[in-house]
Amino acid sequence: MASIARNVLILAAVLSGAVVCTPAAAQNEQFIPILSYRTGPYAVNGAPYANGVVDYYNLINERDGGINGVKILFEECETAYATDKGVECYERLKSKGPTGAAFINPLSTGITFALTEKTATDKIPIVTMGYGRADSKNGAVFAYNFPLLGTYWSAADIAIQHVAKELGGLDKLKGKKISLLYHDSPYGKEPIPMLQVLAQKYGFEFTPIPVTHPGVEQKSQWLAIRQHRPDYVLVWGWGVMNSTAIKEAAAVAYPRDKMIGVWWSGAEPDVTPAGDQAAGYKALMLQHGAGKFPVHADIEKYIYAKGKGSTEPGKIGEVLYNRGITNAMLGVEAIRKAQEKFGKKPLTGEQIRWGLENLILTDARIKELGFEGMLKPVSISCSDHEGARYGRVQQWDGKGWKVISDWYTADESLIEPLVADVSAKYAAEKKVTPRDCAKET
Amino acid sequence: MLYRETGQFKTTYAEDIAIFPIRQDRIALAVLLGIAFIGVPLLATFRIWPFGSDYLLWAILLPFLILALAAIGTNILVGYCGQISLGSGAFMAIGAYSAYKLATGVHIPFAALGFAISIPPLPVLASILLGGLMSAAAGILFGIPSLRIKGLYLAVATLAAQFFFDWAFLRLPWFTNYAPSGSVNAPELVFFGLVVRTPVERYLLCLVFVTLLAMLAKNLVRGNLGRQWMAIRDMDIAAELIGIRPLYAKLTAFAVSSFIIGVAGALWAFVYLGSWEPLAFSIDRSLELLFMVIIGGLGSIMGSFIGAAFILIAPIMLNVLPTELGLPLSTQTITHLQFIIFGSLICYLLIKEPHGFARLISIGKEKLRLWPFPY
Amino acid sequence: MIAFGQFLEVLIGGLMSGVLYSLVALGFVLIFKASGVFNYAQGAMVLLAGLALVRALDLLVANGFPLWVAVVLGIGFAAVIMAATAWLIERFVVGPLVNQDALTLFMSTIGVTFVIEGVAEMIFGSDVYPLQLFPTDAWFLFEGLFPGGILVNKLDVWGALIAGILVAGLALFFQRTKTGRALRAVADDHLAAHSVGIPISWIWFVVWLAAGLVALVAATVWGTKLGVQFSITFLALKALPVLIIGGLTSIPGAIVGGLIVGAGEKIAEVYLGPSIGGGIEYWFAYVLALAVLLVRPQGLFGERIIERI
Repeated sequence: MASIARNVLILAAVLSGAVVCTPAAAQNEQFIPILSYRTGPYAVNGAPYANGVVDYYNLINERDGGINGVKILFEECETAYATDKGVECYERLKSKGPTGAAFINPLSTGITFALTEKTATDKIPIVTMGYGRADSKNGAVFAYNFPLLGTYWSAADIAIQHVAKELGGLDKLKGKKISLLYHDSPYGKEPIPMLQVLAQKYGFEFTPIPVTHPGVEQKSQWLAIRQHRPDYVLVWGWGVMNSTAIKEAAAVAYPRDKMIGVWWSGAEPDVTPAGDQAAGYKALMLQHGAGKFPVHADIEKYIYAKGKGSTEPGKIGEVLYNRGITNAMLGVEAIRKAQEKFGKKPLTGEQIRWGLENLILTDARIKELGFEGMLKPVSISCSDHEGARYGRVQQWDGKGWKVISDWYTADESLIEPLVADVSAKYAAEKKVTPRDCAKET
Repeated sequence: MLYRETGQFKTTYAEDIAIFPIRQDRIALAVLLGIAFIGVPLLATFRIWPFGSDYLLWAILLPFLILALAAIGTNILVGYCGQISLGSGAFMAIGAYSAYKLATGVHIPFAALGFAISIPPLPVLASILLGGLMSAAAGILFGIPSLRIKGLYLAVATLAAQFFFDWAFLRLPWFTNYAPSGSVNAPELVFFGLVVRTPVERYLLCLVFVTLLAMLAKNLVRGNLGRQWMAIRDMDIAAELIGIRPLYAKLTAFAVSSFIIGVAGALWAFVYLGSWEPLAFSIDRSLELLFMVIIGGLGSIMGSFIGAAFILIAPIMLNVLPTELGLPLSTQTITHLQFIIFGSLICYLLIKEPHGFARLISIGKEKLRLWPFPY
Repeated sequence: MIAFGQFLEVLIGGLMSGVLYSLVALGFVLIFKASGVFNYAQGAMVLLAGLALVRALDLLVANGFPLWVAVVLGIGFAAVIMAATAWLIERFVVGPLVNQDALTLFMSTIGVTFVIEGVAEMIFGSDVYPLQLFPTDAWFLFEGLFPGGILVNKLDVWGALIAGILVAGLALFFQRTKTGRALRAVADDHLAAHSVGIPISWIWFVVWLAAGLVALVAATVWGTKLGVQFSITFLALKALPVLIIGGLTSIPGAIVGGLIVGAGEKIAEVYLGPSIGGGIEYWFAYVLALAVLLVRPQGLFGERIIERI
């Protein structure tokens, strides 16, 4: 009995000590939640991305003392790529800090779908760089969604453009067979409508092939591919599905250089498990690829030299790490833009939404930020929440990613009608009155 | 002294078979309902601690209520009728998707026969209840094998339902009204002209459903039907010999259980998630529900609530606590620790009290009766 | 002729991948046979064994050991880890839960799953670790007879060989050794076995150890196939229908069940899948299992369930 009492006392002491030790929340801080997944089947891809995000926020705090003196306060919440956990994390973090969450970045198309309505009510922007719902490019309907730098419809178009280039022209697509091997979830299904439009326009035969989550078993899919003999296989996978696809492709002797992954299927963890078999595999780039740029030097100097890094120094510059810092940078720049209008203090989600919508990054500014060579100019507006539609293609040579193509720009004349159509449906279903973008300043 | 039924004389049969025969129980229940129906909404409306933000309502109470409802449904099948089911998640999905289809209008063209079945969009309440009925129908269908297959073999067989419906809602575009991503949005929640939007309104809506269905379940399990279920659970051959029809008893258990789970599924989709995909009702959900029922106590309605609360809140607590205490652990370590501690906790509870929290409560009640003079 | 060649290819591929499921299913059968525990943690044990092996291997190779020494030492290290796991599970979970009903035991193994997943990832990391113990390329047979030949994956053949050896080894162990006979006695009636002096907790430890070693074997094959990573735990769900078709208590049943499930689901996916949307193999295996159970409620080779009042 005595021992229990003593334990309770110790526990109480620890608790009260912890309460006392917690610093009173500083008022000059901007809170940014990070939804990440460092465990579970998708940890392999989730962790490097989260490391990039964390390192960049730390860099801003360490090097610049915050955004114009407003320190970034951030907290991670583990979602394990599960929608319900993501919703819980969002609710947990949305009102932390002096002004609540600046924006939310769920890193899961499923969580994006679940949060789209909630974030609009809570007035917190939802930034989905290179993923999320493709129709949310239309800012008139989706005021709070920002699928920055590229949606899956842009990705689909860029992939087909590259295929056409390899074949020698868009007219050569006629009669060709292109299959899409996709993760059977909202993420994997997003590109299908666009690919159907493209197939009709260019006259190629399009076959979607679903792979059940998490994608460890793909033998039947690849035996079907071996029999069907498509000219190209597009891979829309995530996590273990990507490396398994490459291995199975090798097993059925399907040429890896006829496989093109989306930008979420083109990072180091997707190819290294397949060893030599992955050589030749191609993937889209969400503008940036692997490698180190001036910003990495700063990260190494201010963060890793002080032992504050969140990963092994050797992993700086991996594809997903770079995507993490790019994503964090865009968020920080949006806050900076919003501060121009609303003052250099912690801002609310609504104010940062304005910052995101008016964010313009010129080549000069990108160079200043140390991202030269990773990004092309970005210009976000009310009617275009995507901001840029560029992409390149990279190829894995067995040791590293090599950029093998020039810049492509997704064909807006094809994407725009589809965006207008699908977002109008959403607006009708949810009774959203689209804003008039001409009147937005 | 507090919990003693001395002096409470029952003078009519009606009193004798009352649902809560002890006065203290009735008072406790009234207080609980009072807090749930009046206290919580008041605090939440005026944003008084701990309802300063929506977090408690949105992320704890709302899922708790809905999952408790689903756990009651699972408990009827597993706890009262003894049929182990790993397909609860699928029945939630059937409730959710049927309600979605009914609320957005059903159109089935029979091109070959030259006619079509068209049902105009139904009100949300009707859709949710009919969603439950669809789930009950599917429950009966997948319950038929239980007449031949028993125990763990049945458990694995119910996984057939789980994986089949996971697939159907993912792959058959008719169910999702041909949404390109396969993710669907709930319709606006209109009940008798009132629109349910804020967290408090959503909470109250779920509370009404849960209270009514829990009462229904409580009454069913102590009546003729419930006794048949329990007889089947304890030994089906013996039950058959004393004149209980296994076909009727087992299938009614499947039907009632699936109905409640289906309604819970529709609420989960419409009221909690708002936008969902089949992964929201995966095998993990089924296992979670089974855990709630076993940790809470097989064959106890109250236990379903406690089990749901424990399984839902324990991982969140374990995840939040280190950050709140300011322990310098990485997110990764916290999550791993959460897994380890949660797993150990489950094993510990199963070893210490295999009959769940409900058993602990009844032991507690017995002790209270004698307190403070246990002789 | 082409169509027949393709059918043969799918059939062979299916049978082979079925055997790979059997490797995981065998672990289930061992434990269920001896202690009536339906061990959901088998998938997590494969992950743990795989991680222990691959991490030890990487460390040894990095420190300049020749590959074969590293492989032997790595397997030894993983085996020790599995023995420790077996002891801990027996001592702290299964032992105290003796005589509880099957459902409670099943749920407790899910608790164990969480613990193993957490510990394994915490100690050995949650990245993906490539493992290359077997060749993974393919043979193309009868190229003269069928255009393109019939594809047979070398890894699958290795898997089948190993499964065969494993089953033969386990059969010998159960039939010929003293411990094996004691195991069967405990499986029949553990109280009776206890009263004739068989040390039950030792026997259960041996069983869990055997299941752990089977998991290690499965990890070498599956780790080569997928790379050692968290997703390996999902194998448990693929092994369940195999187990049910074969019968929960039969070792040869696990192999036969694997063959049926593998061939059935691959043929269904390739030939039936495209017309109804694809991705059907997950539930097809379970529906197959359901169909078998309706005819034989205890699986093909399971012990007949006799019910008395």
